Amino acid sequence: MMKKSAPALVRRIPWVLVVFVAALTIPWVGSRYDTFLATQIAISALFAMSLNLLLGTTGLVSFGHVAYFGIGSYVCGILMKTYAVPFSIALPAAAIGSALGALVFGFFCVRLTKIYFAMLTLAFSQIIWAICYKWNDVTGGDQGIPDVPYPNLDWMSSIPLLGDLRIAQQFYVLTLIVVMLSLAAIQRIIASPFGLMLTTIRENPERAASIGLNVRRYELSAFVIAGGFAGIAGALFGIFNRGVFSDFVYWPKSAEVMIMTILGGIDHFWGPVVGAATLVLLNQEITSYTQYWPFVLGTILLLLLFVFPGGIVGGLTTGLEWLRRKTGRRASA
Amino acid sequence: MLEVHGLSKSFGGFRAVSDVDLAVAEGEIAAVIGPNGAGKSTLFSLITGHLQPTAGRVLVNGRDVTGVAPYKICGMGLGRSFQHTNIFPKLTVLENVRAALLAHRGQGPNFWSRANQLCHGEAEALLASIGLAPQARATAGTLSYGNQKQLELGIALASDPKILLLDEPTAGMSASETHETIALIERIARERRLTLLFTEHDMAVVFSIAHRIAVMHQGRVIAHGDPAAVRADAQVRRVYLGDAPMGPRS
Ligand SMILES: Nc1ncnc2c1ncn2[C@@H]1O[C@H](COP(=O)(O)OP(=O)(O)OP(=O)(O)O)[C@@H](O)[C@H]1O
Ligand SMILES: [Mg+2]
Repeated sequence: MMKKSAPALVRRIPWVLVVFVAALTIPWVGSRYDTFLATQIAISALFAMSLNLLLGTTGLVSFGHVAYFGIGSYVCGILMKTYAVPFSIALPAAAIGSALGALVFGFFCVRLTKIYFAMLTLAFSQIIWAICYKWNDVTGGDQGIPDVPYPNLDWMSSIPLLGDLRIAQQFYVLTLIVVMLSLAAIQRIIASPFGLMLTTIRENPERAASIGLNVRRYELSAFVIAGGFAGIAGALFGIFNRGVFSDFVYWPKSAEVMIMTILGGIDHFWGPVVGAATLVLLNQEITSYTQYWPFVLGTILLLLLFVFPGGIVGGLTTGLEWLRRKTGRRASA
Repeated sequence: MLEVHGLSKSFGGFRAVSDVDLAVAEGEIAAVIGPNGAGKSTLFSLITGHLQPTAGRVLVNGRDVTGVAPYKICGMGLGRSFQHTNIFPKLTVLENVRAALLAHRGQGPNFWSRANQLCHGEAEALLASIGLAPQARATAGTLSYGNQKQLELGIALASDPKILLLDEPTAGMSASETHETIALIERIARERRLTLLFTEHDMAVVFSIAHRIAVMHQGRVIAHGDPAAVRADAQVRRVYLGDAPMGPRS
């Protein structure tokens, strides 16, 4: 009886809220640098989570997810810098812009399967990159859009504790709110009937069609939703980075978010978050020790993936399961 | 109920299904038999829209559904199970049928409710009717082969079909599993007043439950009629039945 109810209890805890509250303490308990890292992790986590809606939930391998991150950061950056539009409008605009981009490109991508789908997503992301890199009048070309302003966070100053924070820390709080609301929404979507349909498509597209699903349309919907959330991450990142540049849309960033997602584990909701935190922290640690960091990082990643083929979270849950079975056997013996 | 006229399918120059005519009346249990490679599975795929015919027509209740996409065919009351087990292996047994139930009810685009709070009773009842209630929480891919085939039947039934096409529903099963599965299919067909079209290599099974049998050979239907007529057909005996056991297995 006890053993049965324990996991149920764990599942009942609103983990997104718990993580939110824990992460919220960082500006007070940590250094300014910690807050800087935490902001980067939160944004990367949302980006990776949006990719995993395709990768882990729907079984679609997108090599070009950075396109929608990029569209989001450019839309938000341009609106806030060039047109002085408030963040509260620029952020939804970024999400909608990215979702529209995903709708147009996704329309073609979902007509292909497997590796051809992946290659087409990559090709479209390179088109977006080329546009961002060349369209000087709007995107600033290779100069990008420097000095994207922070949002107006005056409302925080009236709130006790928050008012004393520096603007970068206040922006972290804002980022955390946006990211956690997004994660909660994604979690809800995954648990919905729509999310269940996506998993059936991942498991067996032929069978999914036979239960009456228009597979392409569902895949396109997932693509658009994932693109929209990637756009939110991109918008936040442009502000965090104090500028939007064309390498935000360049393919290595697609690879990076893919690594985060797989490293953390695509089969578990928290996998992308853990992966994002791990990669950001590893990056920091290793760059400060050695100039050969890409090599060291690559080796560590390879080792991690060998030890945890299901990603870090996958490995941990398997380990816990094993422990529970072992202790359970001993208890019953 | 289900009619097929002059249906043909060529792969390159090879005619896998060639000018097939078939009619299954409402409530009838019909079997398609024939040696390996006769074109049975291809015929089923043509009917359910998984393959586009080179020529011919498929009618469901008089309505032309030739070449209509599988996801639309499902909505017209035509369900199907596959020769090679076709389930959602990493989902639980319950989720497998729940997904099919939700899809059938048009809940697929609902992205805000919690899936695990919907269709609970129906999913449990469906599992009970196919004898999989005890395995409801198990991961579908870990079930025995026979149970996976039953689950596939459950997924097909979730769409509440009027016509059910079963491609070798007992393939790879032991004798006792075969026996149970056939009894199950017969019961469900009766309870739900299904029109059933199935393929099967076990002649004992075919001749025990089919009202009508069509025999395929090299893409063509070489004989059809009631079991007695088919059993007596000289050409059928020569190309197919031969020494295959035809009486009920003792
Ligand atoms: N996609 C395809 N491309 C080319 N040839 C095919 C294809 N599908 C089936 N065939 C060929 O068509 C013929 C009929 O195949 P089908 O699977 O319909 O036979 P079957 O009667 O179901 O046989 P079995 O009893 O072994 O299941 C076979 O010779 C097969 O090799
Ligand atoms: Mg076959």
